[in-house]
Amino acid sequence: MSIISLENVSIIFRQRRDRMLLLDHLREVVRKMPQDGFYALHDVGFKVERGESVGIIGANGAGKSTLLSLLAGLVPPDKGAVRVEGRVGALLELCSGFHPDLTGRENLLMNAALLGLDEKTARERSQSIIDFSELAPFIDEPLRTYSSGMYLRLGFSVAIHAEIDILLIDEILTVGDLAFQKKCFDHILGLRKAAKTLVCVSHVPGVLEQLCDRLVWLHHGQLIRDGEFDRVSADYLAFMADPNRHFGDEIPQAPRQVVPVKEKEPHARVVPRRRRR
Amino acid sequence: MWKGDYSFLIRQLVIKDFKIRYRNMSLGIFWALLNPLIMVVLFSFIFKQVFPSSIPHFSLYILSGLIPFNFFTAAWLGATTSLMDNAGLIKKVPVPREVIPVTAVLGNLVHLGIQFLLILAAVFYEGLSVNFHWPWLIVIWGLELVFIFGISLATSSLNVLVRDIRYVVESINLILFWLVPIFYTFDMIPMAYKDLYQYNPVAALVLATRKVILDGQAPPLNLMLKLASVAIVSLLVGESIFRHLKPRFYRYL
Repeated sequence: MSIISLENVSIIFRQRRDRMLLLDHLREVVRKMPQDGFYALHDVGFKVERGESVGIIGANGAGKSTLLSLLAGLVPPDKGAVRVEGRVGALLELCSGFHPDLTGRENLLMNAALLGLDEKTARERSQSIIDFSELAPFIDEPLRTYSSGMYLRLGFSVAIHAEIDILLIDEILTVGDLAFQKKCFDHILGLRKAAKTLVCVSHVPGVLEQLCDRLVWLHHGQLIRDGEFDRVSADYLAFMADPNRHFGDEIPQAPRQVVPVKEKEPHARVVPRRRRR
Repeated sequence: MWKGDYSFLIRQLVIKDFKIRYRNMSLGIFWALLNPLIMVVLFSFIFKQVFPSSIPHFSLYILSGLIPFNFFTAAWLGATTSLMDNAGLIKKVPVPREVIPVTAVLGNLVHLGIQFLLILAAVFYEGLSVNFHWPWLIVIWGLELVFIFGISLATSSLNVLVRDIRYVVESINLILFWLVPIFYTFDMIPMAYKDLYQYNPVAALVLATRKVILDGQAPPLNLMLKLASVAIVSLLVGESIFRHLKPRFYRYL
């Protein structure tokens, strides 16, 4: 059974032009009209097997980060079904879950808690986490004194010491220096041997080359290619070099807009008026 | 789905809030004691010198009204804005969302613990002592916490969608200051309003706390029943609002 499966998943982002006033909410409730919006992801479906390592590539605004947020369970889909089995660890942003005024050691414990470790395990593993990060001399300094490379070292070290089945990484390994990157890559390859699953995002396939043997290419929220790394990577690079020549008619020019039809969307179910009855 | 150690997570988040609040303060937790101390001195001056009051054990009377009231307002307002204050966690870390407002309330419980030392000091200063009805305080405060969790779940999630909610909460707190017997007594309330007045959980909290500390008696059963029923209704309604709005947090933060 696949560890991750997405079926016809769509996520719609409303274009509310920064308006979220009571009046707008009431209007939405009363008229039940979805506002203007676009598909951040449109009809995306794929499966990931346990122990697989999948790269997600695409230009800016392709929906890569939205896809990771979806897999992490941060945002529910508007249409379609998502199934993720097992514990997810997400490194979506360098400083997420960190506080600059706390020391490295305090942040380490807090992050371990956020990743779901219990106290005993977290304390037992903290030395091994510090060793992996090579931050021992600075571990009792406040995090605001850390460089972005040091943030990455701490965040990544905690994540790989948590008991997770699926690791999601968004474009952040690149801030580590080559030595630490190699260490991370070696560790990730070790994780794959332990049948852990990895989903990585980047806009440059080169970064993912050593980690992934499968690539999913998104463009304007739509899945363009899903397959063997070299083939998808070659197509993607050819497209990025000259968007018009190779793929003129099969690649969307812009994100698909939502046509305001009066259909019942999942989140229209939150209408308070109906609930009150 | 997030699976993990809730108690470790909540403890870590509460410790974080506490540390970052006081780490760079030269006087540390003294600041938690200063505000109620100033209020007691002010009230004592006004109600002894300006409008002489006949309430016995006046400083303890004021403290046992003010400290619960302060806890309530700080916890509720802090929890109301907690989801927005922690937008980074909501958008980037797959952690159960309920934990955030609950943590904000519990963080204020730490302050309450510190301020409770003031009440204890005033008890001995007024020549009273700890009596065997004090375990009631745990029941009273437990019910109050349930009530605060409920309204906080409601207002914190609504505040993500409509940012005016925090000002609504601030205004309600202002009104409550006068609807809780902090510097007047419950006896002064006209008979017609007394029954209704006790449904105000903050007033009920203060009345029950005083019954135990000042009168050395168990809180009246009908007062506790009112507090319990309001607390349970609040939790059920608040949890349901939160659960319905939760899927929208990502898009609105």
